[in-house]
Amino acid sequence: MRDKMAEQSTKDHSTLANEFNRDEDRVNWHDETLWWIRQKRDKTVNQVPGWERLREAASQIKNNVLSNLHNYLLQFEKNAIANGIEVHWAADAAEHNRIVHQLLNKAGEARMVKSKSMLTEECGLNEYLAEHGIEVIDSDLGERIVQLAKEPPSHIVLPCIHKKKEEIGEIFHQHLGTPAGVSDPQFLTETARQHLREIFLTRKVALTGVNFAIAETGEFVVCTNEGNADMGAHLADIHIASMGIEKLIPEKKHLAIFLRLLTRSATGQPITTYSSHFKTPETGKQLHVILVDNGRTVQLSREDFRNSLKCIRCGACMNTCPVYRRSGGHSYHTAVAGPIGSILAPNLDMKKYADLPFASTLCGSCSNVCPVKIDIHEQLYKWRQVLVKDGHASAGKKAGMHIMAKALSSPISYRLAGKSGRWVMQHAPFAITNKLNPWYKQRDMPNPPVWSFGEWYAKNRKKN
Amino acid sequence: MEKMTVGLFIPCYVDQFYPGAAIATLRLLEKLGVNVVYPMNQTCCGQPMANSGFEHLTHGCNELFIKNFAEFDYIVAPSGSCVLHIRDHLHNENNASKVEEIRWKTYELTSFLTDVLKVKSLPAKFPHRVGVHQSCHGQRGLHISSMSELVAPEFSKPGSLLKMVDGIDLVDLNRKDECCGFGGTFCVTEEAVSAKMGKDRVADHLLNGAEYITGVDMSCLMHMEGILRRQGSKVKVIHIAEILNAG
Repeated sequence: MRDKMAEQSTKDHSTLANEFNRDEDRVNWHDETLWWIRQKRDKTVNQVPGWERLREAASQIKNNVLSNLHNYLLQFEKNAIANGIEVHWAADAAEHNRIVHQLLNKAGEARMVKSKSMLTEECGLNEYLAEHGIEVIDSDLGERIVQLAKEPPSHIVLPCIHKKKEEIGEIFHQHLGTPAGVSDPQFLTETARQHLREIFLTRKVALTGVNFAIAETGEFVVCTNEGNADMGAHLADIHIASMGIEKLIPEKKHLAIFLRLLTRSATGQPITTYSSHFKTPETGKQLHVILVDNGRTVQLSREDFRNSLKCIRCGACMNTCPVYRRSGGHSYHTAVAGPIGSILAPNLDMKKYADLPFASTLCGSCSNVCPVKIDIHEQLYKWRQVLVKDGHASAGKKAGMHIMAKALSSPISYRLAGKSGRWVMQHAPFAITNKLNPWYKQRDMPNPPVWSFGEWYAKNRKKN
Repeated sequence: MEKMTVGLFIPCYVDQFYPGAAIATLRLLEKLGVNVVYPMNQTCCGQPMANSGFEHLTHGCNELFIKNFAEFDYIVAPSGSCVLHIRDHLHNENNASKVEEIRWKTYELTSFLTDVLKVKSLPAKFPHRVGVHQSCHGQRGLHISSMSELVAPEFSKPGSLLKMVDGIDLVDLNRKDECCGFGGTFCVTEEAVSAKMGKDRVADHLLNGAEYITGVDMSCLMHMEGILRRQGSKVKVIHIAEILNAG
């Protein structure tokens, strides 16, 4: 169903990034678009007194949540039930999808409207329901666009950031009947509004994500800029909210900290246009919450990686990542792309995502923009160690590293290797300056000096 | 006070490809009155293996490093990246206290100059337009300068030293601290993105009229030099030690 997803599953990040880089103008455009958002973020956060203290507070609250997750989950469940919410527990993606399917079956509905939920992307909900004859319409504008294009989102906050407005015009022309060649954003948005209005008015079941669930009160908060979660949820008879178990915060007062951080980090806005609280179902309607584990408790048990669960899905690490900006979200071949996705995905499947922690220069910009202070780049480094030890390095790389480690452990072999390497570069440069050397493809080799510093020092300075 | 002795730690690729940067570091430190010794049996800090996920193969490098450098008052390298590796990842189960001591007495050159020697002036002259590349490991790892992501006062240890150089004209960049894309083995395993990042970084310096690109890490500069030379550009890369020691 999703052509792009199927294609991606067989290629690694480097290969997909190489394909993305065949069109350099497009890479420039993608890079500049996301850099502009990073700059908007910088401008806004510099206007907030105590920004770094806010980050620290959020980080500590989330650390507290992760240390007491069991208790907060039970507290949330108890209070949510008291509010009239039906609470479901899903151990994994399959169970989550089954629960949604059962709720639809019980209601006798074969159509559902859904607002932004990266968790349902992670669980492959749309594909699962489609296989069971259920139609799901994504109501977030960006998500609707990629859904029509049969592609997964390329960014967790900006799902169609990889598409130019002309391409969106073409998609709308094909699927929503707009005139060919029209790419005026206002016109296209109005078309989407009319199209989605009909969906909102006719769908009896609406699924939303959850940004924050409050243990103290048993309510949850959904943040959108388009109001699409509200339109879907308020017009439907059944509202299903899917949330990862790490989405909890202890008390309602903590929400103020997270709402101030979330959108400033994400897009540079002071707050989302809609930050909607859901607490009790309207009379005659149903409100369901599905608490999903899907590997989160495993990640919680990994000491080095547990604090990745602090993530509030703002996407700031993607916007700032120089690799993400120049490789595009689809090159990460997972629901959550970019730096945060690269430390979350190996937890779900080490073999499939063994390439992702290496899709980074470890520059550290991601950790600096993270509103909950996840040490993302340090976890990327640590995942590399885990993946290699677990046997996910290629035989060639393994052999090369063993040779290198051996040569560098002995001063004599190091000097010999250095000298002969420089000799080859001087006298037989064609051995290196060829297309088998990835360095040489777009970069010249350094000019090899006749003597190394060590040789110079021995000749000019060594006293004994 | 007895004159301090510094162990000169020269990264392997600087030793092999950029001896000029190493000589400048040695001469600069000596000019500032430091007694400098270069242990002849040094090889590599082990970072290439560690960043590739093979930290468990670095014990040979670790042992050699400890053997070569434990005795010195300070250990100084013209590199942020290699120093960060020593600070964060030097290990030896049998020598934990020695390792801890080595970690904290190992300095990147410019922060050694500003923080330990407390250099206030330099007899250097370099009348050129220079763009400064902020190498990530020195900047975000060792905090040798402020970072554009954080809401914090601006400072730069290498920048404060460059400002002491007579005649230098430091150019402003559009993106003052974006990664160049070298990234160790990343430069070959992710060739397309690495080269693109390098091209973009170089373009920023060219756009703003730099004649030289400098920085604390020769690895980033080697990557950008490769791109400049492929483009036939006359702009040169130069290690910061060579500027601080010039004239």
